[in-house]
Amino acid sequence: MRLALLLVLLLASPAMAQQPPPTQQDEFVPVSQLPAQDQLPAARLLIAAYAFVWLAVFAYVGSVGRRLTQVQHEVERLEADIKRGSRT
Amino acid sequence: MPKWFMPFAALTAVMFTASPLLIANADYESTMGLVQKVFYYYLPAAWVFLISAIVCGVASARFLVSGSPRQDRLAYAAAELTVLFGAIVLVTGPLWARKAWGVWWQWDVRLTSSLMGWMVAWAYLLVRKYGGPGSDKLAAGLALFGAANVPFIYISVNYWRTIHPATSVVPTLPVDMGTALWFCVACFILLFVLLLRLRVHLEEQRTKLDALFLSLDE
Repeated sequence: MRLALLLVLLLASPAMAQQPPPTQQDEFVPVSQLPAQDQLPAARLLIAAYAFVWLAVFAYVGSVGRRLTQVQHEVERLEADIKRGSRT
Repeated sequence: MPKWFMPFAALTAVMFTASPLLIANADYESTMGLVQKVFYYYLPAAWVFLISAIVCGVASARFLVSGSPRQDRLAYAAAELTVLFGAIVLVTGPLWARKAWGVWWQWDVRLTSSLMGWMVAWAYLLVRKYGGPGSDKLAAGLALFGAANVPFIYISVNYWRTIHPATSVVPTLPVDMGTALWFCVACFILLFVLLLRLRVHLEEQRTKLDALFLSLDE
């Protein structure tokens, strides 16, 4: 029994020695060689950043323009009211 | 509006239209690649954000000392622009960081103090809008804290080394990257001056409207 066990071990050991080494997890992989699902789309982030800048500036200019138009209409209306009041 | 406003506005529009050409022709940064091109709008917007907070703080200090309504109008206009340019920085920065650092946000000292500066500007505007009588002086006090935060935001990266690059990046840029950057800086400074003037004009019109209402009451 012991002899049989020893024989199994001796025969198995070369087979174990010939197994390929485990995959290196910390090996450097260039970004361009990563699978598609692991790569972040730089173009989309870049377009989003520039689009946000333009939209924010246009929205702000539009907001100031709208407020300015409202105030100027109100000023003109009041000035007209005051003129009318001073005539009567 | 002053005579210089429209020619300056036209010049700024032309420069902003031309800026993508310079940015596209600038070299790619070796490690970050395409996404690094966010830098050309991100950094000028960040500088204008800091300049705007300083303008708001200085005008507020002068308003507190002299009581000049002109300084108050300037501070109010600059606070709104601090919010605008701060929003640009706080949105475009994470879009760049997601690709370059692998995270949208880090609670490092530069990012956190920038967020604080932006929130102080928001606080200024909220106090002005909902604070009632005397809110102009209370908001001016807030603006002083916002301006005091600016040097801290700028130098923090040199003292607390984090994932954010230090202030030594710009002087070491190659010529074509530097040209594109300084062109965009000029664009953003022109835009800031124009928007500031436009926003001050709005406050001037509001002051005129208030005076008209008072004259009607009398």
